Amino acid sequence: MKIKHLLLTIWVLIVFALHQDVWNWHKTGPLLFGLIPPGLAYHLGYSVLATITMALLVRFAWPAHLEEDDVRDQAPTPHKP
Amino acid sequence: MIPAIVVFIYLAIVLYVGLFAFRKGTGSKEDFFLASRSLGPWVFLLTVFGTNMTAFAILGSSGLAYQRGIGVYGLMASSSGLIIPLTIFFIGTRLWSLGKKHGYMTQVQYFRDRWECDAIGTLIFAVTALMMIPYVVIGMMGGGHTLDSLSGGWVPYWLGGAIVAIVVMLYVFFGGMRGVAWVNALQTVLFLCFGAIAFYLISRNLGGYDKIMAEIAAHPKDSALLSRARISPQEFFSYTFIPLSAMMFPHMAIMCLTAEKVTSFKRTVVWYPICILLIWLPSVYLGIVAAHQFPGLKLGESDDVILRLLSENTDVVVAGILGAAIMACVMATDSQIMALSTMFSQDVFAHYGGAKRFGEKVQVWMGRAFVIVIAIVSYALALALEGQKSIFDLAIRFGFSGFAALAPVMLAALFWRRSNKWGALAAVLWVVFTMGLLWWLQLHSDGIAPKPGQAPVPIFTELGKLFLRTPMNVTIFGYMPVMFMCLGSAFWMILVSLVTQAPSRATIEKFFPSSKPGH
Repeated sequence: MKIKHLLLTIWVLIVFALHQDVWNWHKTGPLLFGLIPPGLAYHLGYSVLATITMALLVRFAWPAHLEEDDVRDQAPTPHKP
Repeated sequence: MIPAIVVFIYLAIVLYVGLFAFRKGTGSKEDFFLASRSLGPWVFLLTVFGTNMTAFAILGSSGLAYQRGIGVYGLMASSSGLIIPLTIFFIGTRLWSLGKKHGYMTQVQYFRDRWECDAIGTLIFAVTALMMIPYVVIGMMGGGHTLDSLSGGWVPYWLGGAIVAIVVMLYVFFGGMRGVAWVNALQTVLFLCFGAIAFYLISRNLGGYDKIMAEIAAHPKDSALLSRARISPQEFFSYTFIPLSAMMFPHMAIMCLTAEKVTSFKRTVVWYPICILLIWLPSVYLGIVAAHQFPGLKLGESDDVILRLLSENTDVVVAGILGAAIMACVMATDSQIMALSTMFSQDVFAHYGGAKRFGEKVQVWMGRAFVIVIAIVSYALALALEGQKSIFDLAIRFGFSGFAALAPVMLAALFWRRSNKWGALAAVLWVVFTMGLLWWLQLHSDGIAPKPGQAPVPIFTELGKLFLRTPMNVTIFGYMPVMFMCLGSAFWMILVSLVTQAPSRATIEKFFPSSKPGH
């Protein structure tokens, strides 16, 4: 496994683990901006982290071979409209 | 009544979009079932997301947040925001490629080739089709409840469900996958826009969310809703297995085959978590606000709290527009009906000789006939099950858990060349067995189910905490059964594949072309 892929795997596992924020379990305050309870604020941030994670995967681990297969198969594909 | 009229206008627009798609169609089966594999990046993102946003996401999540608090967002939304894009990234792109290369239109066609076995394909077809039906029924129920609430009872549940069933049936019947994709894209945009307006208007009418939140925090009973006190850590963890279901849902898998290029997936996987945030945050938040506004609702009664908030806090016309937006998500049932139609016509009719005997045109008409049958059966079930279970509960137990537990079968097919039909068979039988067991345990323990906020109770006292009953579900040592179903499915897939014969060299070379013989 390439170092790049290893680092991305570790990153994804860390992000997965961060979902279990047991330290926020019983917190009801302080409310972020007077509106959002801490447990909810954390998971809103987590959603943004998920987007960053997917952007990293697209940038560094995109299955480019599927694009190559597609280009190669363009001409003979019988189902192309 | 005015909100209901606005919703009817919206339904007419949706119907027109479906009919317009019909005029754009070529009439081929590839066009009817897969929109000629031609969806561009933005339509693909909006369609895939809209397909996955159902009555459950809007009505079910706010109803559940009403009962259990803000933890519902972490429980379902933020974990889905990571897991679903990951499955689209790893599974969806591969399915798209296989579909393009080999002409597959359903998962089952791929499984039949990959496992070198018709029977395992037929078994997976039967299991997934059966598990899809409740999902479609939820859409019908959501439609009935939405119209009932928005019209103040003028359009009763049975009529609302019938109207939704007929509208969806018509635009799927005529527009096929292109109609479904366009309507889904429109619906997603509508919901995102009008959902934000609803959120603002409700806040303004109630004097601001800061005021409401301060009141909830000061309330001795309601303040628990601002924490995760009503969700156990075991349940919270095991729920992360549920989003594995995404790519095993036939409508999601088939939707992945409609992309024009594999690069269309890039935008989808990156923006998916944000789309989930934009839908689920207001839904969960409004569920908590509703708990403060309308206290005392029971489990099944809390599914329409978001509609109550709309009706009581916005102008009637605005309430109608926003109700239409909610209806947009509720009607994601269209893609499920389309998927079931594709499966019946491809995996059964075409596979068992219909394609050769009657030709492509008849296949398309069979697909349309199936649309009618599925819509009628689902509507009948929605009437029969009305008021018996909450929408969320029904979806989780019979759809999400089962599909999630089938994920190891798909992962093995795509990434483990040694996996074979016997392993797949063992995994599918395990899923069927565990779902049957859970069904029985659920019924067996209904009489001892604790009320929301109360501790789980053992189902069999002599077995200790092995099977516990919560207000809604059966758990195993406090964990959701889906976790054990997934792990068990993976275990049987690996074990049985290893002790039985490997797939033929021809099959391995077909699906893993870069692999060397003997590896």
